[in-house]
Amino acid sequence: MSALLSAGALVAVTAWYWQLLTVLLVLIAVLTIAAGLIWYERRLLSLVQDRYGPNRVGPLGLLQVLADTFKILFKEDWTPPFSDRRVFVVAPSLVLVTALLSFMVVPVAEGWVVIDLNVGLLFILAMSSLAVYSVVLAGWSSHSKYSLIGGLRAAAQMVSYEVFMGLSLIGVVTLAGSFNLSDIVAAQQRSIYYVFPQFIGFVVFLVAGFAETRRIPFDLVEAESELVAGYHTEYSGMKFGLFMVGEYVAITLVSALIVTLFFGGWLGPWLPGVVWFLIKTLLFITLFIIVRGTFPRLRYDQLMALGWKAMLPLSLLNLLITGAIVVAGAG
Amino acid sequence: MDDVPRKQSEQVQPGEESRQHEGAPQPGDARSERDPGAPQPCQWPAWAAGGGEAPPPAVLEELRERFPDVPFVTQTTADGIPTAWMPAERSAEVLAYLGREADQPFAMLYDLGGVDERERLHREGMPAAAFSVFYHLVSYLRNADLRLKVALPEDDPQVDSVAGVWPAADWYERELWDMFGVGVAGHTHLHRLLMPPWWDGHPLRKEHPSRGTEYGPFDLPDELADEMQEQLRFKPEEWGLPRAEDDPTLMYLNIGPQHGATHGPFRVIVGLRDEEIVHLIPDIGFHHRGSEKMAERQSWHTYIPYTDRVDYLGGVTNNLPYVLTVEKLCGIEVPDRAQLIRVLLCEFYRIASHLVFYGTYAQDIGALSPVFYMFEDREILFDDVIEPITGGRMHPNWFRIGGVAQDLPEGWKQRVLDYCDYLPPRLDEYDKLVMDNRIVKARMVGVAPISVDDAVAWGLTGPMLRAAGLPWDWRKQRPYSHYDWFDFDVPVGTTGDCYDRAAVHVEEMRQSLRIIRQVVDAMPDGPYKAYHPLATPPMKEPHTMHDIESLITHFLGVTWGPVVPPGEASIYTEGTKGQYSYYAISDGGNAPYRVKIRTASFPHLQVLPLLCTGYEIADLVTVLGSIDFVMADVDR
Repeated sequence: MSALLSAGALVAVTAWYWQLLTVLLVLIAVLTIAAGLIWYERRLLSLVQDRYGPNRVGPLGLLQVLADTFKILFKEDWTPPFSDRRVFVVAPSLVLVTALLSFMVVPVAEGWVVIDLNVGLLFILAMSSLAVYSVVLAGWSSHSKYSLIGGLRAAAQMVSYEVFMGLSLIGVVTLAGSFNLSDIVAAQQRSIYYVFPQFIGFVVFLVAGFAETRRIPFDLVEAESELVAGYHTEYSGMKFGLFMVGEYVAITLVSALIVTLFFGGWLGPWLPGVVWFLIKTLLFITLFIIVRGTFPRLRYDQLMALGWKAMLPLSLLNLLITGAIVVAGAG
Repeated sequence: MDDVPRKQSEQVQPGEESRQHEGAPQPGDARSERDPGAPQPCQWPAWAAGGGEAPPPAVLEELRERFPDVPFVTQTTADGIPTAWMPAERSAEVLAYLGREADQPFAMLYDLGGVDERERLHREGMPAAAFSVFYHLVSYLRNADLRLKVALPEDDPQVDSVAGVWPAADWYERELWDMFGVGVAGHTHLHRLLMPPWWDGHPLRKEHPSRGTEYGPFDLPDELADEMQEQLRFKPEEWGLPRAEDDPTLMYLNIGPQHGATHGPFRVIVGLRDEEIVHLIPDIGFHHRGSEKMAERQSWHTYIPYTDRVDYLGGVTNNLPYVLTVEKLCGIEVPDRAQLIRVLLCEFYRIASHLVFYGTYAQDIGALSPVFYMFEDREILFDDVIEPITGGRMHPNWFRIGGVAQDLPEGWKQRVLDYCDYLPPRLDEYDKLVMDNRIVKARMVGVAPISVDDAVAWGLTGPMLRAAGLPWDWRKQRPYSHYDWFDFDVPVGTTGDCYDRAAVHVEEMRQSLRIIRQVVDAMPDGPYKAYHPLATPPMKEPHTMHDIESLITHFLGVTWGPVVPPGEASIYTEGTKGQYSYYAISDGGNAPYRVKIRTASFPHLQVLPLLCTGYEIADLVTVLGSIDFVMADVDR
């Protein structure tokens, strides 16, 4: 949180109070959504699985979020004696901080953005690369074999999927002519939602999004039936909670990015932009959860094969075609 | 035990069996045969040997011809399986001949175990022995069994290992050493299998305590706990494997005994290079409860609930081989209605067990939802069918020596048929959700296949064997309980990989439903338990309340339990996970002298290193899921 504030303060702004307000608003909104997702995912999964889910605490079980938070706060904050203590403590916060920082450049509505970075997309990719460190360091510092295997898998998986996650976005950037997310949405307002011209890019980015957030069917970093809990096997209490919140923030981030890049962000008739943005984002979050209720998990080598043998060529092909069309259009 | 809630309007006292059956056979002759009183040696009538008139044991003639100098001693057993004793020093040679060289060899070592013969009274015609080891062999080509026994002295009993002939012998021989202290010469790793390494004594010897109360109060000081922990540490050099310190590319990963994928307390140590499994050592015994030892201090009747818990997903399918064996020893003919009620329940439990397999398997490979659907189906099965019939759910303890506990309740037919209509559409849906799923196929197809030859040599049975391609189902090959009345298919696989194993299980559920529909149509009227003095508890009608002899018989049957004539039998059945049997030895007492439980999961788990070596760690989970074992069934 402090990292976010200081990063915000680094940027020279004229109306600092307005900036601060946006920062707080986005921060609170994102954290609220991420916390709400605890309830949302559990309820939705239960619906998929023919059961009730948490429905006891508060209306519709909504206060389950609070109950879970309190429970996790009051758990013993245990650091294994055999772990590398400092790294062990830092690792969970990294995942949350990087995901939150990425939200700085996501425009929630026209003009509603913490920093209107002109390299916004690159900034997000950089942050998601940094997030790998959290998982790898958590696995490494735990000094547990399960965590180590989980961490190693995470490193391999995320590094591979970074590659074509980036590549899949170049098509959008080529069409919009900008790395700035607000510009990209504005460009979609002028033409059409980029999901149509960039359908391959959209699919590849969606797959990469699942991989980056380590969700089923790509959750073999955690793979509870094999690795107990993967990289966070040794974590408990709020440190474990940070990983969980980090995961939900990451899901929200990827959904928000899909909406911004391919589905016109805040664009939409009648309703205010921010409402459209939230509706669309929620739809993709729902997709994430339903997929979790539906698919089995891939094996490690199959995940790699899918990445390098299918996704990478696809995104390159997409880039080639998009480039050719843009060049032809310009010429 | 019998106070199962009844739905009928009639008023019945709990514990009584007093339903009227018109036209029931008169138990006249059987009733007056004998008086089951206190266990004491006496002359038993001819029928005591059960099906004693064994077919001419051609295989024993064959053995005598091949080994003219080996003094075989034949023994008549109630189950009619050719049984012969042979001297320990020639056993390896004879067994190797049978397993390898013989025309149509006995390719499967079905069971191997020991018997403490020292307190056995009825040993007429058997060679003197303090301990004996039996080898139960099965030949699929001949569809025949053979039981060979080795007599051993009290001091330093020792047999030769047959693990070279049947790889399945490995664990059986370790168990033999563990339980009886019988040494096995030539065994590569003769350590305790079921008991912890620090255990004192060999539990199935008669002098070993059978209750915890025979020891002093339990105390576990920290130093002792640490020492035990240390003894459980995996030491690669004990297994002839390189140490991780010496090989920088090798990592040993200890999985279990508490782990999500092991379906119970099962421990497996894998040696990994990257993610590839190069070594795999399964370690069992964490779920051992001494079911066989318990048999020796329970009456024949009160042991039935313990069998429920051997394969705890299989419910009454565990009762069946046990009661069949005891009935064979007693010479009880079970009425048709009771037989068909048993078939009905067994097939329902097969479905219940397979549903758990199906769901947990899907969960093992990462699909979160199927397990909920399948447990729901199982829940409906328990609630709507099994509980109204038996009053119980997972462990109904419902079969009795001579029949079943009660007659079917009113309205059973509709409930059964309703479920038969309910399940098939659900199964079709699961096919789309699980079996046809591309990721599922990618995870299962081609993973850990096994050939028929390997499967037989390792003692695999049931769905594991059929997935490999051998259409062998004991319900077809040697029908028991009137399975020959019914028309059903035996699903088989082709390669024996994980996908085939799952597919066989799925299809078996459909076939079970087919059998159940036919059972409903074929269900005859008649008594639900045999009119036999040893049927427990004996039927009260028509004699008990009229003459004192029958009343005494009934009273003793209920209080002390039946006294089973001396003899040996082992009847096997096609259980949920494979072939099950209870090799029971009666010494003419009201408790078994020895019961050896042969379960399917035990050899199935033993084959794990063969299946998994060379695959990835994620495949280990897939294979474990596909094996369909429960640890209670492995460790007993």
